[in-house]
Amino acid sequence: MSPTDAPLGDPAGHQPEHHAGHHAAGAGAPLLAVTGLQKSFGDHQVLRSIDLSVAPGEVLALIGPSGSGKTTALRCLNGLEQPDAGRVEFDGGPAVDFSPATPRRERDSLRRRSAMVFQQHNLFPHMTVLQNVIEGPVQVQKRSRTEAVSDATRLLERVGLGGKHDAYPHELSGGQQQRVGIVRALALKPSLLLFDEPTSALDPELVGDVLSVIKELAQEGWTMVLVTHELAFAREVADEVVFMDGGVVVERGHPDQVLRAPREERTRRFVHRLLNPF
Amino acid sequence: MGFDWTLFFESLGPIALAGLRGTVPLALSSFALGLALAVVVALMRISRSKVLSGVARVYVSAIRGTPLLVQLFVIFYGLPSVGVTLDPWPSAIIAFSLNVGGYAAEVVRAAILSVPKGQWEAGYTVGMSRTLTLRRLILPQAARVSVPPLSNTFISLVKDTSLASLILVSEAFKEAQNIAAFSQKFMVVYLAAALVYWVFCTVLSAGQNQLEKRLDRYVAH
Repeated sequence: MSPTDAPLGDPAGHQPEHHAGHHAAGAGAPLLAVTGLQKSFGDHQVLRSIDLSVAPGEVLALIGPSGSGKTTALRCLNGLEQPDAGRVEFDGGPAVDFSPATPRRERDSLRRRSAMVFQQHNLFPHMTVLQNVIEGPVQVQKRSRTEAVSDATRLLERVGLGGKHDAYPHELSGGQQQRVGIVRALALKPSLLLFDEPTSALDPELVGDVLSVIKELAQEGWTMVLVTHELAFAREVADEVVFMDGGVVVERGHPDQVLRAPREERTRRFVHRLLNPF
Repeated sequence: MGFDWTLFFESLGPIALAGLRGTVPLALSSFALGLALAVVVALMRISRSKVLSGVARVYVSAIRGTPLLVQLFVIFYGLPSVGVTLDPWPSAIIAFSLNVGGYAAEVVRAAILSVPKGQWEAGYTVGMSRTLTLRRLILPQAARVSVPPLSNTFISLVKDTSLASLILVSEAFKEAQNIAAFSQKFMVVYLAAALVYWVFCTVLSAGQNQLEKRLDRYVAH
């Protein structure tokens, strides 16, 4: 592959594979295996034993109504929430068994494998676009500045932000900010990308830009877990859709099945409501 | 008997000079030390350790709950009775630094807490520790938020340094007292002193506005 048509990033966990269709979920060793994940906030049990499995190169879409626990589940995968119970295991790394007593260090180790794109981008407002992207690689991963800058340059170029190195986040549109957020995650060279409703805070006309970047990443073989309300998009890029409600997985399967012919009544009602809002 | 304008204008020079030699260095050094102390105290206040945050809370409460003049007197006139005798200048710098530390700590703490939670999470998610997140992301953003209130603290400090005249530090107001005692024209001389302080503070306010405008460019709106 020549540098000019280099992919958006190099998925660190595996070779990029240009898979044409959806491939069977769970084939081979999963990149990420989650079992029995539980989380409560006070008396409110947000997650009641969630199991998830993501194969290398697979795109998993988590859908469900607000308060279903999908965002909490995603945040647990990045160590932003500490689960009360459950096991999170990345291929090739030690499994983390959670209890309220699990040391912070162990929880935080999950961040070495995954990177997060937030709904509200959470860019660093006092840093330029370039500084935002190289902050993690240089300050945390201790990579050389030159290398980090050249990586960042290539990634920014690819998402159409080549001329924006020295801009501050508030000078960008919402869609541009979110693309910087994606590049900031890619620059960490994670094996898993996590997206928390990456387009929910965007003006409708800016959603397309961001979705097309995510779609490209999916086609390049990045492994992703995506919390989204964009069902049409989920159907297009996801290999597996997981429908959550009330802190449990209600239904999971191939996007065409879950989104077009749901087996469960709850899934049916949710999909119907989202596709026919009026 | 009319207003003695000659004395008024003649007093301005020596008072302003004493201001530049006494008031300004006293205010600057106390503010620098006080601010460093304030950051430490603010971090103690927000730390997970109950002991550290408790100590910080008591300190802030004691500083804010007692008059500055009393703090100054405790250090200059009180400490010698327990064997610690300090000259006027060190006493003044210590008292003003401790005082600024108490007030500015609350400003810094509020500024740290005003940085959105998402910034901490973004720091964590790129792999940063709490300390690194604080240093690279939170404090720089908090610094911007705290410029206006800290400038006010500084301007108050400039005026408060006049209290140091009571522990024999030669600064602007001490000089005014000397001239007034000699000439017995209290109204004229103290108005001249007031004018000097007013000019100092006006210049500082203008500086504050400039600084805010510059910093504003980077802050998210």
